[in-house]
Amino acid sequence: MTEVKSPEVPAPPAAVPAELTGGRVSRLRPYLPLLVLVVAVILPYSTLHLPGIFEGALNSPGTLQLLAVCLVFGGLAAGYDLLFGRTGMLSFGHALYFAAGVYGTDILITRAGLPLWQAAPLAIVGGTILAGLIGAVALRTVGIAFAMVTLAFAQVGAILVARDFGGLTGGEEGLPLDVSGLPAGLVGVANTVNLYWLALAYLVVVVLVVHRVSGSPTGRVLAGLRDDERRIGVLGLDPYRFKLVAFTLAGGLAAAGGVVYCLIVGGASPHITSSELTLSLLVMVVLGGPGTRWGPVLGGILYMYLDHRLVSFGSSGAVEALPAFLSRPLSEPLFVLGTVFILAVYFFPGGLASLAPRLALLRDALRPGRRRED
Amino acid sequence: MSQPVLTVDDLSVRIAGLHILQGVSFTVAPTGVTVLLGRNGVGKTTTLRAVVGLTPRNGEVDGTVRMGEQSLLDRPTHRLVRGGLGYVPEDRCVFAGLTVAENLRLAERRGSTPAYDRVFALFPELDRRSRQRAGSLSGGQQQMLAIGRVLLNDNRLLLVDEPTKGLAPKVVTEVAEVLERVAESVPVLLVEQNLAVVRRLARDAVVLAAGKVAWAGDAQELLSETALTRSLLGVGSAEAHDATPAAARKDGH
Amino acid sequence: MDAIILLTLTGLGLAALYFLVASGLSLVFGLADVLNFAHGLFLGVGAYATWWAAGNLPGAGADGLGFVVAVAFGVAAGTLMAVLVELVLIRPLYSRTIEQVLVTVGLSLAGVALLQATWGADARPFPRPEWTRQVTTILGAQVPNGGLLLIIAAVLVLAAILAFLQWTRYGLIIRAGVENREMVTALGIDVRKAFTLVFAIGGAAAALAGALGSVYFGTVSPQQGGSLLIFAFIVVVIGGMGSVVGSAYAAVAVGLLQQFVNYYGTSGLGDICVVALLAVVLLLRPQGIAGKAAIA
Repeated sequence: MTEVKSPEVPAPPAAVPAELTGGRVSRLRPYLPLLVLVVAVILPYSTLHLPGIFEGALNSPGTLQLLAVCLVFGGLAAGYDLLFGRTGMLSFGHALYFAAGVYGTDILITRAGLPLWQAAPLAIVGGTILAGLIGAVALRTVGIAFAMVTLAFAQVGAILVARDFGGLTGGEEGLPLDVSGLPAGLVGVANTVNLYWLALAYLVVVVLVVHRVSGSPTGRVLAGLRDDERRIGVLGLDPYRFKLVAFTLAGGLAAAGGVVYCLIVGGASPHITSSELTLSLLVMVVLGGPGTRWGPVLGGILYMYLDHRLVSFGSSGAVEALPAFLSRPLSEPLFVLGTVFILAVYFFPGGLASLAPRLALLRDALRPGRRRED
Repeated sequence: MSQPVLTVDDLSVRIAGLHILQGVSFTVAPTGVTVLLGRNGVGKTTTLRAVVGLTPRNGEVDGTVRMGEQSLLDRPTHRLVRGGLGYVPEDRCVFAGLTVAENLRLAERRGSTPAYDRVFALFPELDRRSRQRAGSLSGGQQQMLAIGRVLLNDNRLLLVDEPTKGLAPKVVTEVAEVLERVAESVPVLLVEQNLAVVRRLARDAVVLAAGKVAWAGDAQELLSETALTRSLLGVGSAEAHDATPAAARKDGH
Repeated sequence: MDAIILLTLTGLGLAALYFLVASGLSLVFGLADVLNFAHGLFLGVGAYATWWAAGNLPGAGADGLGFVVAVAFGVAAGTLMAVLVELVLIRPLYSRTIEQVLVTVGLSLAGVALLQATWGADARPFPRPEWTRQVTTILGAQVPNGGLLLIIAAVLVLAAILAFLQWTRYGLIIRAGVENREMVTALGIDVRKAFTLVFAIGGAAAALAGALGSVYFGTVSPQQGGSLLIFAFIVVVIGGMGSVVGSAYAAVAVGLLQQFVNYYGTSGLGDICVVALLAVVLLLRPQGIAGKAAIA
């Protein structure tokens, strides 16, 4: 792979003289994520209209639900990056653990009648155990074979859901969530804002966990596995155990995302078990920048946003006016995203995250006399 | 002295961040055997592979390598080989699932007649076993096949990487005899750990240490100076004079 | 007894379909180390091109010789697609395995979406020649001819690929390249020409699977390739990546297992048993049935 070293944690502000890094903006950089978080938290209080970007006002339920879904997928992509970008494992079955969270919550609440505070932890624990068990088998293979095996196991999940064994999953129809036993604050259109905050909290938790892990000694071993597995073996560490830990943890994070997603969309439908969803996660991470701090989060948010908005973009007047051979493909979000993805692999191997340093270089080049010192 | 057949100048190779060769320069004489020596892991194989264009994808190569007037780096391996650079890799790398005849046929090239008579004159065994799978040959026979495969075409230079590795003493002698005969008609750059074989074949020697050329000159002179041999190669005189390969290399197959 | 014969033959029909997809996938992976997610797209292109030709191409039709022409057109389209993918998308990323996988993933997403945009997401009825609508009575069992056609085609393709690998110079290069690609170049051979060739072979076989599979199912839809591809992957892993004969054995095992368990157990259980078989094979023999060799 190309250089996927994360543009690491910015050094403490005191250590970087401001005149070397470009003044006020850079001094604020360490606090930028915090700032974004604050904006995200208070965003539902805004009645701003952004025509073309969102259909309703920012605080309208439709917009908030779309944003909540985007945030969940930002978190999912960040969790998946723990495998792909930070450990170098190409799993094609990550949708399974997400689906375990979604269907687990849904079935426990709707079919078994459990309250949410019992169903959610059970679904997360269940998804984590599932990831641990499947990882234990799949990690006996490496590289491409590992990809195929995880894909095959995820396919079992898809089949189980679609064939509706025991009448639990609702088959092709999906399973709407029985909301009668849920806390009142999570039910109803008026409370979409609470779901939005829940999704935001999930994203924050995933980002913190992933950063905590990748900064720890375990994270350094994982990075070592990505760069050269033999070197880790030589150090007397067992690659299998470290990979299993990462795989299980990522599975647990995905299951937690499933719980949140289930609440946001109010149920489960079989398409979340499809291999296409895992492939989308891969696309999100690669588009965002594998192994970087914010790349996968941005990739996930942007991907889901485009996936939803391109449908209406496709049916908009501007596209409709084009000849059929152009307008029809452009109205398929996956055609646009797949094409962008292929181009990104060729031209932006580091994803969105690699654009920031490039832009900084460009900015500095345009400002003579203030060369950055590397 | 006549023009060298191969000139390596300031060759550097980095693989996965490790600076394996750090500016290696040497030449290979147009006749006879030039042997590349050095302790394990010093970059002998890396040198041969860089010359023939087989540095792994994550590696970076710098410097120049010329065969005659022609620059070799940046040209794909198959072109170099067609241009007369024969390569016999470490561990022989015969195609185990193919028969002996198929292994040889693979080396045939359009526009030139394969020199089967030359190969079978050196290795009559290959003719007799032509329908046998290469994977079922003994180590020595596989080595013969690997060399024979390269001799099917005319070469300007042969690169031979540890041909006696892991072979029984009697077979080591056979391989050395063959290489001696081969070297009568084509120059050879040989990587070899067995000092008895080196003593028998080599005219010139290049010793690598710490990614650089530590010593270059007459091979027999090097071997006659025990202290020098020991300091450069880490082997004592007793081993240097020992004809059994087991003493020199214990990691055979 | 009739049921067993019928299930065996329909299972073999399914196996034939898997083999047609898996053989190319396996060769491409064995030689070029490319895990080709776009392989299902070749199948889709073959199916839709056949469907289009049967309705629109002069000389082609839905029955008799016209249908053969339509299938030939579909196979040609799939082959062309595969060659273009190799030359334009895969070759610039030579030996960068992960990027190649990513590109084929993107291509499979975009390609299926394009098929969907062009011909709609819903399944369309596929032209079925008169003979394939009928059944043949074999030992008392009424076997659909569409399935028999698949079996015949798969056997012919298997024989043709094996003959090609065994008797031609490029076959020799491919067999050697599956074992050790680097050494092939070190003998002065440009192995990348062989890459294009295995993509072409794989594309042709997959396109044939698309055309004949659609005859068997009676419909064609953009997602058809994707669902078959997962089982083809399983067949490739069980059979040993790079082995055509291994793929054939694995396809038969998977097809029969799936058909019998789905019939005698619950529908869907057979699919799960197939994955269980994969897990068992991986635990016992991680390199697959045949290990890494083009033949054997």
